[in-house]
Amino acid sequence: MSEQKIAKEKEPMFSAKVLKLLKNPLNLENPVTVQVLGICSALAVTVQMKPAIVMALSVTIVTAFASLIISALRNTIPSRIRIIVQLAVVAALVIIVDQVLKAYVYDVSKKLSVFVGLIITNCILMGRLEAYAMANKPWPSFVDGIGNGIGYGLILVIVAFFREFLGSGKFYGMSVIPKVFYEWGYMDNGLMILPPMALITIGVIIWVQRSRTKELQEK
Amino acid sequence: MKALRNYLDKIKPQFKEGGKFEKLHSTFDAIETFLFVPDKTTFKGSHIRDVIDLKRTMSMVIIAMIPALLFGIWNTGYQHFLSLGQEVDFMQIIGYGLLKVIPIVAVSYIAGLGVEFIFAQIRHEEVNEGFLVSGMLIPLVMPVDVPLWMVAIATIFAVIIGKEAFGGTGMNVFNPALLARAFIFFAYPAKISGDTIWTGGLTKGEGVIDGFSGATPLSKAASGAIDQIPSLHDLFFGFIPGSIGETSKLAILLGAVILIVTGIGSWRIMLAGLLGGVTMTLIFNAFAANAYMTLSPLTQVMMGSFLFGMVFMATDPVTASQTNRGKWIYGFLAGLLAIMIRVFNPAYPEGVMLSILLMNAFAPLIDYYVVEANIKRRLKRAAKLVKS
Repeated sequence: MSEQKIAKEKEPMFSAKVLKLLKNPLNLENPVTVQVLGICSALAVTVQMKPAIVMALSVTIVTAFASLIISALRNTIPSRIRIIVQLAVVAALVIIVDQVLKAYVYDVSKKLSVFVGLIITNCILMGRLEAYAMANKPWPSFVDGIGNGIGYGLILVIVAFFREFLGSGKFYGMSVIPKVFYEWGYMDNGLMILPPMALITIGVIIWVQRSRTKELQEK
Repeated sequence: MKALRNYLDKIKPQFKEGGKFEKLHSTFDAIETFLFVPDKTTFKGSHIRDVIDLKRTMSMVIIAMIPALLFGIWNTGYQHFLSLGQEVDFMQIIGYGLLKVIPIVAVSYIAGLGVEFIFAQIRHEEVNEGFLVSGMLIPLVMPVDVPLWMVAIATIFAVIIGKEAFGGTGMNVFNPALLARAFIFFAYPAKISGDTIWTGGLTKGEGVIDGFSGATPLSKAASGAIDQIPSLHDLFFGFIPGSIGETSKLAILLGAVILIVTGIGSWRIMLAGLLGGVTMTLIFNAFAANAYMTLSPLTQVMMGSFLFGMVFMATDPVTASQTNRGKWIYGFLAGLLAIMIRVFNPAYPEGVMLSILLMNAFAPLIDYYVVEANIKRRLKRAAKLVKS
C-alpha cells in the first residue's frame, strides 16, 4: 500500500474522501468481485503472473489518465456524443500503452496480444468514466481511476498467482516446487491453465470475500 | 442392535447444545441416522413420513453398484496377471484386486465425507448423505493405476465446487462423481488416458508378455484397429481393460435391474439413453466414412462406460430432468452425444462423461420447456371448452 504512505505526506490533496476512492475498490466496491466487470480479460491473461501484472498496470494507467482527461473536458463534452469522445480518449491512451509495451517488454506484449487493445472495451473503464469522471473534478477522478485499476489488478494477480503456482509450479516464472516432488509423483494441474479454472478461482475469491465481509452479504 | 440403540441414546445428550461434544453434533447425527431410521415427527397438521429416507435410498444405489465393484476387483487382478502372462489361482487375483481397489474407495470416502462433515458443522445442517453414492461411484470410474492423491484432490474439488458451492445435496447442477473424473481428465490427462494405465502395475513395464497392449476397446476403435476389438462375449462379461466398474456389462445390468425394481433409478432415462446411442450408431453406419463408424450398435453400446454412465450416472435424480417427458429427451440426447463425441473426437476416447455433464447443464432447461408446453396445451384445451 505505497499509495497510502504518499497520501499521509501530502495531506491536503488526500482528504478522507479521496482516500476512500482509493480504498473502496480494493474490497467493498471491487470492480471484479463485487461489480463483476472486466471478467473477460481476467480470464485471458491470468495464466502467468508477469502478464497479469503488466495488464493490471496498463489498465490502471489507462483508467487513471482517461478519467483525468475526461473529467477535465467534462463540461465541454456535448452529452449526445460523450461516448464517442470517451472512446477517442481511451483509444489514444491504449495505443500509447500498447506501443510502450511493444518497445520495452515485447515478450509480454506478445502474450497479452489483443487484450491490451481490448482495454478500450473494458467495462471497468467505461463504467468509471460514465459513473465518476463525467461528474467529478479531475483530481478525484484520477484517484478513482487508480483505485479501480488497483482493485482490478489485485484480483488479477491473486488469480494469476494460484493459476501459475498450481498450473505450472512456478512463481513469477521461477520454478518453486522442488524436483523431488515431481519424482515422487506430483504433477502440475493442467486444468488450472485452462480458462474455466480462472472463472472458478474468481468464484472462490468472491465466495471467501462475501463470507468475510458482512456488508456484501444479501439477506 | 438394541444395545447399540441404548448406547446411542445414552451418549446423545453430550452432543446436544451445551453438551461436551457440541462441536461434533453433525457427526453424531449422521451416524445415528445412518444406523437407525430417524424418529423425527412433524408437529403440525398431518404428514406422512416414509421410512425410506434419503439415506436408505442411497444405500439401495450402493447395493446396485456392488456387482460392478466386485467384478472390478476381480478384473483388476485378472488383467494384471494376464499382462504378466502368469497363471494364478482365484484367491491371488482377488487379493491383488483388493489391494488396488480398496485404497481408492477408502480415499474417495475419507476425502469426500471429510468435506461434507466440515460443511455440515459450519452450516449447522445435517450431514448430506448424497456422498454415500458419489463416494462409491468415483472409484468405479477411475483407472486402477490412478494416484491416490489425485483421487483425493478430485473428490474434494467435486464436493466443494460441484456441490457445496451450489448449496449441498439436492442443489448441485452437475453429477459430483463425473465432475471428479472430469477434473482428473483435464488436470492430469496422462493419468487417465492412454494405453498403459488401465491395468494395475503395467506402467512399470517389467515382464509384460508380448502382444499385451493394455489398450481399451475404445482406444483400439479410435485408432481404427476395429478388428482388434474383443469379442462381444468378452465385452459383455467384462474381461477387458477399462475403468474399475465399467467393464462388465452383466454386473451393470444387474445393478440396473435392482435400480428399476426398487424404483430408484429411472428406466426412462436408461432406455432413452440406449435408444439415443443406437440411433447415433445407425446414423454413423449409414454414412460409414471410416472404420469406427461401421461398428454395430451392439458393439458401440457395449464398449467403454456407455452402459455404466446411462445406468448409474445419467439417472442421478438430482442432476437429471425431473419431468417424465424431459427424462426421455435428456436420456436420448445423452446417449446420442456420447456416441457422437466418442467417434468424432479422438482426443476424448470416451464421450459418456462429457455428454452426461453437458446434459446435466441442460436438464433444467428441458424441464422448463416441458412444463411450459404442458401449460400451453392445457390452456388451449380449456379455451376450446369455453368456446363450445
